[in-house]
Amino acid sequence: MNLKLRIWRQKNANDTGGFFEFEATDISEDMSFLEMMDVVNQQLVKKDIDVIEFDHDCREGICGMCSMVINGAAHGPQRGVTTCQLHMRSFKDGDTITIEPFRAKSFPVVKDLKVDRSAFDRIQEAGGYISVDTGNAPDAHSIPVGKAEADRSFMAAACIGCGACVAACQNSSAMLFTGAKVAQYALLPQGQPEREKRVLNMVRTMDDMGFGNCTNTGACEMACPKEISLENIALMNREFLKASTSER
Amino acid sequence: MGLAGAGWTLFVAGHMAGNMLIFAGPETFNRYGHAIVSNKPLLYGTEAFLILCLVVHVALGIILTIENKKAKPKKYAVAANPAKRSSLASSFMALHGSIILVFIITHLMTFKYGPEYLVEYGGETMRDLHRLTLEVFSDPLYVVGYVICLILLGFHLSHGASSVFQSLGLNHPRYTPVIKKAGFVYALVVAGGFLSQPLYIFFFM
Ligand code: HEM
Ligand code: SF4
Ligand code: FES
Repeated sequence: MNLKLRIWRQKNANDTGGFFEFEATDISEDMSFLEMMDVVNQQLVKKDIDVIEFDHDCREGICGMCSMVINGAAHGPQRGVTTCQLHMRSFKDGDTITIEPFRAKSFPVVKDLKVDRSAFDRIQEAGGYISVDTGNAPDAHSIPVGKAEADRSFMAAACIGCGACVAACQNSSAMLFTGAKVAQYALLPQGQPEREKRVLNMVRTMDDMGFGNCTNTGACEMACPKEISLENIALMNREFLKASTSER
Repeated sequence: MGLAGAGWTLFVAGHMAGNMLIFAGPETFNRYGHAIVSNKPLLYGTEAFLILCLVVHVALGIILTIENKKAKPKKYAVAANPAKRSSLASSFMALHGSIILVFIITHLMTFKYGPEYLVEYGGETMRDLHRLTLEVFSDPLYVVGYVICLILLGFHLSHGASSVFQSLGLNHPRYTPVIKKAGFVYALVVAGGFLSQPLYIFFFM
C-alpha cells in the first residue's frame, strides 16, 4: 500500500520544527510501523536527505524505547500495543498519517521524533527500588507473598517506562508511570521498609521534573501499551496521603 | 480540590430538590425561602461553607490549570481516535468550571440580590420569590443562558462527582464502575431537575 506521511521534523530542542510530507510506497500490511519508517528512511538515504530520527530498540514491546504519536494517539490507534508492535494493516491504502514526537515540557525533543525521557530516570532513582544486603541469594520461598498481591504487583511491574502516559495526558502528568512504580513495591513484603519514603520521594521528584497534575481524564490508561490501570494512581494517592500525614 | 468540589456537589442536589417546591405553588415556595433566611445559623453556616469551598476550589483549579498548561506547551496537530481519547467532560473541566463561576455570580445577583417583591401570608411578610422567579424565567434570553449553564454544570458533575473518589485514592475494580455510573446519574438528575424548572415556567406558566 501507499501512504502519505506528515512527519514532525525538528533539529534540536531549541528549533521550532514543523511538519514535512513524505511518501511511503510499496508498504506491506505485515510490516510493523517502525519497519515502514525504515523503508521511508532508506529512500531518504538514497536521495541524500537526513533520515528521520526515531527511538527504538527491542522492537517487540518490552524495552519502552519506541515512542511517536501517530494520528494524535501515543503508540497509534490500537490499545495495548507499542509503536513497534503496531502493524500497517491498521491503516488503509492512501491514508495520510500524521506523526509527531511525544509532547511534554519534561520530555524535550532531541531530534525529530526522538525525545529525552530521562526525567523518568530521576523519578525511578528517587525510590523505584528496594535496598537489600548483598551476600548469598535468599531462598525464594523465605518470604511468603499472597497470590493476589503478587499478581497485582506484577501487573504494575509490567510498565516499560515508555512515557506514552505522559504523552497522551493533556496535563503531561506522570502519575500512571509513578503510580505503577509505587504500587509494584507497596504490594510486596520486600517493599515495606522503604514504603513511605519511596512514595514521598518519587512524587516530589515527579513534581520537580515539571510534570503536570492528574485530573483523572483517563487518557494515560487508554494510551498505555501495557494497559496499566488507573487503580495504581489511586493507590499512590492513598499511599501519599498516608505517608505525608505521618511524616515527621 | 476534590473535597471542596464535593461540598458544592452535595449542595447543588439539595438546592435543586428545594427549588422543586416552585411547582407546589407560590405560598409553599415563598414560605420555604422565608424559612431558610429566617434560620440565621443555618443560613450563615451554609453560606460560609460554600464560600470557603468555592474559593478553595477555584483557587486550586486556577493553580492546577496554569501548571498543567505549562507542562504541555504544545498540543498535537490531530485528535486521537475515540478508543484513545478521554471524555469531553473530563477534558474541559477548567472551561466549564469558569463558566459555572460566572453563572453562580449572575445567579446570586438575579435572585439573592434581585428585586425585593413582598407578599403577606397570615400577617407574615416575606419576599415573593415565586413572582421574581416567574418573571426572570419569562425572558427567553435568560432561559437560554440558564439552560446552557446548567447543561455545563451537568458536564462538570458527570466527571467531577466520581473523579473525587479516584483523587482521594478510592478505586476498586468492584466499586469503581458503579461509582462512575452513579456519578453520571447524579449529574443527570441534578442538571435535569434544575432544567425542568425554568423550562416548565417558560413554556407552561
Ligand atoms: C457548583 C459548582 C461546582 C461543583 C459542584 C464542582 C465540582 C467539582 C468536582 C467534584 C471536581 C472533581 C475534583 C476531583 O477529582 O478531585 C471538580 C473538578 C474541577 N473543577 Fe469544579 N465544581 C464547581 C465549580 C467550579 C468552578 C467555578 C471552577 C473554576 C473556576 C471549577 C474548576 C474545576 C477544575 C479545573 C477541575 C478539575 C480538577 C480535577 O479534576 O481535580 N469548578 N469540580
Ligand atoms: S504506565 Fe504505561 S504508558 Fe506509562 S510509562 Fe508505563 S508502560 Fe508506558
Ligand atoms: S522498540 Fe522496544 S518497546 Fe518498541
